[in-house]
Amino acid sequence: MENIPSTSASAGAAQPILVIDSVSKNFRIAGGGTFAAVKSVSLTVNAGEIVALVGESGSGKSTLGRIALGLMQPDEGSVTFDGTRLTGLPAEAFRTLRTRMQPIFQDPTASLNPRKTVRELLMQALWKQPGAGAARCTQLLEDVGLRPAARFIDRYPHELSGGQRQRVSIARSLAMEPRLIIADEPLSGADVSIRGQVLNLMLDIQKKHDVAYLMITHDISIARAFASRVAVMMKGELVEVGPAEEVLSNPQHAYTKRLVAAVPLLGGLTPASAA
Amino acid sequence: MTHTDNPGRESQAAPPLLQTEGLRVDYRTRNSTVTAVQDVSIIVRPGESVALVGESGSGKSTVARAMLGLLPDRIARITSGRIHLNGRDVTDFTPTQWESVRGHPVAMVFQDPLSYLNPVMRVGRQIAESVKRHDKATRDVPARVAELLELVRLPASTIRSYPHELSGGMRQRVLLAIALGCRPRLLIADEPTTALDVTTQAEILALLRDLRQRLGMAMLLISHDLGVVWEECERVYVMFRSRIVESGATQEVFARPTHPYTSGLILAAQAARDSNGRFVTIEGEYSTAQD
Repeated sequence: MENIPSTSASAGAAQPILVIDSVSKNFRIAGGGTFAAVKSVSLTVNAGEIVALVGESGSGKSTLGRIALGLMQPDEGSVTFDGTRLTGLPAEAFRTLRTRMQPIFQDPTASLNPRKTVRELLMQALWKQPGAGAARCTQLLEDVGLRPAARFIDRYPHELSGGQRQRVSIARSLAMEPRLIIADEPLSGADVSIRGQVLNLMLDIQKKHDVAYLMITHDISIARAFASRVAVMMKGELVEVGPAEEVLSNPQHAYTKRLVAAVPLLGGLTPASAA
Repeated sequence: MTHTDNPGRESQAAPPLLQTEGLRVDYRTRNSTVTAVQDVSIIVRPGESVALVGESGSGKSTVARAMLGLLPDRIARITSGRIHLNGRDVTDFTPTQWESVRGHPVAMVFQDPLSYLNPVMRVGRQIAESVKRHDKATRDVPARVAELLELVRLPASTIRSYPHELSGGMRQRVLLAIALGCRPRLLIADEPTTALDVTTQAEILALLRDLRQRLGMAMLLISHDLGVVWEECERVYVMFRSRIVESGATQEVFARPTHPYTSGLILAAQAARDSNGRFVTIEGEYSTAQD
C-alpha cells in the first residue's frame, strides 16, 4: 500500500483535507414524518489519501457525498475543507473554495452537456484560469489518456465511448486542479475490462497531482483494492472505519461481515493461477 | 457452492433442452448491417446450470432473446444456424408458435423487473394471469398463486401489493413467481441480480439454487459477473464480440483459461493489482474499449 492509513501512529504527519463532523440529514417524507438519511456521521479524508465509502443502496453514502460537496446542506454538523468550514460560508467564498473539490459521477453521459464539444466542455471549466487555452485542454486530455488529444478535442459526448466519456469528465474535474475528488460510483456503469483503466488513471492522477479521493462505492472488491481506508455505512450510520484490508478481511461489525460474505468471489482462484 | 467433478455426467445422455447451432443474428439499421451474434453453439441439458458471460455489447442478451423468439421484429434477423427447444426446431417459428413454447418449457427473467410488471395491476393477479395462460391444467388458480408465492418466499399478503410498493429483491421474486407459474424446465435469467444490492443478490441466488434443486429446473444465466458465475454455474460459455471464445466446466475454464480474453477478464474481475500496484486491464486486441 502506498498510502499511509491515518491510524493514530501516523496522525501527526497526515493533514486532513476534508473533515466531516457529526453530520446529520433528515428528509421529509410525503405524507408526514422524516427519514434520517445520515445520522451524526464523522469522517476525515487526509491530503493525498484514498478513502472508500461503502454501503448498499439507501445507506446514505451518496447523501453524505453530496453534503461533503456542498450540494446539500446538513441539518446538523459541519464540513470543513482544507481548513475552511463550508457550512455557512458566503456564496462567493464557497464557490472559490469549492473549485478545489471536484465530483466525478456515475453516469458521465448525464453530466456532460450533449451540445458542447470536448473542447468547449473543458474551456467552460478553465474560464477563470487566465491564459488557459488549447494547450491546457490538450494537456488535460493527454493526462486522462485520451491520446492524441487532437482526435478527441472536437468531438461531442455522443461520439465517445462510455469509458472515454468518463475520462472527459475526469479531465474536466482536473481542470480545476482539485485537492480532493469525490467520486460517486464512477465505475458502476463500466465493464470490468474498462474498470482497470479508469482505476489506473485515478491512481496516476493521485500521484501526479497529489489529490485525495473519497470514493463512494457499493463494490467491496474495488474498495479493498483501491482505497487505503474504508468507511462502511448502514442505514445512515457509519458502522466501521479503518484500513481497507483490515476492515474487509476481518470485519468487526455484524453488517460489514454480512456485506463481505455476500460478495461472490472467484474463490480459490488466485490472480497467479488465473494468469 | 457445489461443483461436481464431472458436471452433467448423468445428464450427458439426456437430449438437450436447448441447443443452438452456429447461430448468427444480424441487426439491420438504415444503411448498414451489424452482426451481433455469429457462430454461437450452446447446449443446455435438463437440470444443468449454465452461464453465458460477456461484457456489454458482446451479444449475450441477443442470444437469450433469440432463444425465446423475442428478437425485435424487422430489425433483427437470424441469418443462419438453428435453435432447438426440447428437440423441436423453433428457428422459423411464427409469433403464434413461439407463444406455445414461451413459459413452458422455457421461461425468462430479466434484470429490471419493474419494466416487465404491470404497474397498475396487483401482483396476485399478474401471477394468476401467467398460471391461467401457461398452465391450463391447474384448476385452483388462487391456490397455485399462493403456492408460487411460498415457493419464492414472499409473504401471502403480497398478492394485494402493487409492484411499486415492493423492494427490488421482492419484485425479482414476483417475476420469478410469474416465470415458475409456467412450470418451466429451463429458466433463462438475464442479469437477474445486477440491479440488486449484494446482500439481496445473495438471497436471490440462494433462492434460485434451491428452486433448481426442488423443481429439477435447468438454468441459463446471462451475466457479466464472473463471481456469480463461479458460484452458481457448472458450465460456462464466454462471449466476446459476438462469438463464443471459450467454453467448458466453470472450474476448468476459470482455473486454466485458454483464450487471452478470458484470462484478462478473470484478472480484471478480481480487481487484481500487479507488483507495481497497477490494476490489470485488458489491452489491445481483446480490449472492449473502442476509439
